[in-house]
Amino acid sequence: MINLELGGQLLGLDQLMRSVAINVMRPLSRKYDRQEHDVPVELKVLDRRPKPGSLEAAAAQKQAGAKRDKPKKGEVRNGQAMAAIVSIENMSWGDVGLMLSIPGAGLGNAAINAAGTPEQKQRFGYLYASMAITEPASGSDSASISTTARDDGDAWVLNGEKIFVTAGDRCEAVVVWATLDKSKGKAAIKSFVIEKGTPGMQVVKLEHKLGIRASDTATILLDECRIPKGNLLGNPELAAGGNRAAFGQVMQTFDNTRPGVAAMAIGCARAALDLTIELLAKEGVQLGYDKPIWDASAIEAELYRMEADWEAARLLTLRAAWMADNGEPNSMEASMAKAKAGRVGNAITLRCVELCGSIGYSEDLLLEKFARDSKILDIFEGTQQIQQLIVARRLLGKSSAELK
Amino acid sequence: MTEQPVNPLFDLTLTEEQQLMRDTVRRFAQTELRAASRKSDEARAVPDDFYGKTLELGFQAVQIPEALGGYGAARSPISNMLIAEDLAYGDMSMAIGALSTLSFINTVLDQGGAAQHQALLPAFTADGFHPAAIALMEPSTRFDPRKLKTTAEKRGGSYVLSGEKTMVPFGASASLLLVIAEVQGQGPAAFAVAGSASGISAERESFMGLRPLQLCRVKLDSVEVPAAAKLGGDKPFDLERMVDLCRIGTAALAVGTGQAVLDYVKSYCNERSAFGEAITHRQSIAFMIADIAIELDGMRLLTYRAASRAEQGLPFHREAYLARLQAADKGMKIGTDGVQLLGGHGFIREHPVELWYRNLRAVSLLEGLVSV
Repeated sequence: MINLELGGQLLGLDQLMRSVAINVMRPLSRKYDRQEHDVPVELKVLDRRPKPGSLEAAAAQKQAGAKRDKPKKGEVRNGQAMAAIVSIENMSWGDVGLMLSIPGAGLGNAAINAAGTPEQKQRFGYLYASMAITEPASGSDSASISTTARDDGDAWVLNGEKIFVTAGDRCEAVVVWATLDKSKGKAAIKSFVIEKGTPGMQVVKLEHKLGIRASDTATILLDECRIPKGNLLGNPELAAGGNRAAFGQVMQTFDNTRPGVAAMAIGCARAALDLTIELLAKEGVQLGYDKPIWDASAIEAELYRMEADWEAARLLTLRAAWMADNGEPNSMEASMAKAKAGRVGNAITLRCVELCGSIGYSEDLLLEKFARDSKILDIFEGTQQIQQLIVARRLLGKSSAELK
Repeated sequence: MTEQPVNPLFDLTLTEEQQLMRDTVRRFAQTELRAASRKSDEARAVPDDFYGKTLELGFQAVQIPEALGGYGAARSPISNMLIAEDLAYGDMSMAIGALSTLSFINTVLDQGGAAQHQALLPAFTADGFHPAAIALMEPSTRFDPRKLKTTAEKRGGSYVLSGEKTMVPFGASASLLLVIAEVQGQGPAAFAVAGSASGISAERESFMGLRPLQLCRVKLDSVEVPAAAKLGGDKPFDLERMVDLCRIGTAALAVGTGQAVLDYVKSYCNERSAFGEAITHRQSIAFMIADIAIELDGMRLLTYRAASRAEQGLPFHREAYLARLQAADKGMKIGTDGVQLLGGHGFIREHPVELWYRNLRAVSLLEGLVSV
């Protein structure tokens, strides 16, 4: 039965995470925007990773190892994927940069969960793992990476330079994408888990950014970095061979994480909208949702249009997560959500600054910060243009060779 | 404000009945609407037997109580929205025509008293098609349903209606019109009036689109109706609720039409070759189509949400407003991009995209024609 409201446990989670955003994150927003690269130690209270060997760890292990059965006919699930959206949206309403700095919530963890074997999940699951894909000469075209992994008997040896590694400094492990043989293209690209402190891996630079300054963005150098054979992520037979499916497996991580980034954009944009509506209400701007749009003031009309775009983005995001929870392939819908949320999230935060004039532009409030933070959400985990490419290929039945 | 929905789970699955009905309506939309769409547009008329055939779908009588000859099913805004979407996929004008009577019935059921149900509804369960319509819109540049110029004056045991309505389906040939008028000092009210009532005159209007539909300018020149014709009696008429339910209907029309555009440009552009390959191999074309799909699904989900809130008895005023707004903005963009993607061919009346373009322009201005 069609229902687009959150209910039950998700509604409870929604309220809980909003209170975390208000009480834990908002008070720290400006501080860590100014103190770029400082570790927000106050967020330790949000680290929900079970300690190795604890009862919670055993339960989590069991859950991670359990094969997720498909929903039975007529069964509807609102599960982990939707819960993640609700959490991320609310925490990003608090502060996107801080949300990205919660220990244990790294993108590398998503990759380990998606592609790791049960044994790897056990070994690496407790680590705060970041993800290293981008290189100085390789961005959206992740199949063109040059970082290499060499088979050296009992070990892999990695060499190369990775940039834009979110949480690359403060994490405990890095999931690194590298090629076994660049001439073999996608089929030779594998991901490897490298624990911090491994000789040969070094953080050489932290970026100074437009926004999400609370989150560190690192350059990582790999110089003859030796790691055990078992650190190659995924089924070793499938992963080590020249199998293109292995690349697909790695890329599938993004089907799960893209709605998450869309949720960040929605949370950040909602924060800007809420504050703008609050400021304008003091000046008598009221939204009754009943004036014909051409009889509303320019500012009201703009707010209505932003609300409509925001709602559409949020519902597209919830749909993508709902499909994941119910075992439906959602690659196209995940990209639709990220495309819409990324662009309207950015447009909304920028417009809110504009509508509030010098008050909006001022560092006294957070509107200008939301407008800086939102830009990256239309870029990382696949830019707007990459999402459109994915949607278009699926929609039109085109291969990457046909629709470049 | 937090309200728990009736259904604790977010869910996008149709019920079995909805799916069955969908399949039937979609087949009907293909054979009876889409197939006749161009010809009807040129002829400014639907095929002779069109309205009679819509009765086979049964959606009009389904919500009328059993005692009055109907099937007594609960009114379902979701089901009605799906019907509007699917019929509009065939043709928006014909969809409005097919749903006009249902919109009248729905509003009477929603806001009328038992005696009015008894008096007005059995006719719609009898044989034959009985055209009916809501007469809300008035001819002006900035029509606002909250500022009606049509008046209803109490005179003894009657009301006297005066004013001018526009875009009224069927006009004077409607067996019943629901005329929305301002009662001085009391706010808006709805009056059920026979199209043939003395003092009513109607003239067929011509618009940029929606041409097969018999849309009329209706003049009400001191039309006297008994007090019993006032819907809901002494209870105030909830115009906002009616308008909101109609905005969901209008948004659904845009969703169906937008889907027609998307499906058409997908296959046309995949087949169309330029510079030695399919034009969909170019990002400028492919990305426009991707954006049509993204915005279309966005406006669809907004519409579904508004309808599902209405169905569950949750407040839906904001959601209906936003759904219609997004449908108007993005729907028109889809319409104009649909023509653009076909280039010069899109401008030629051999292809349907120019027709959808004209019809989608109406989404931002329609009020009160199709209720869910």
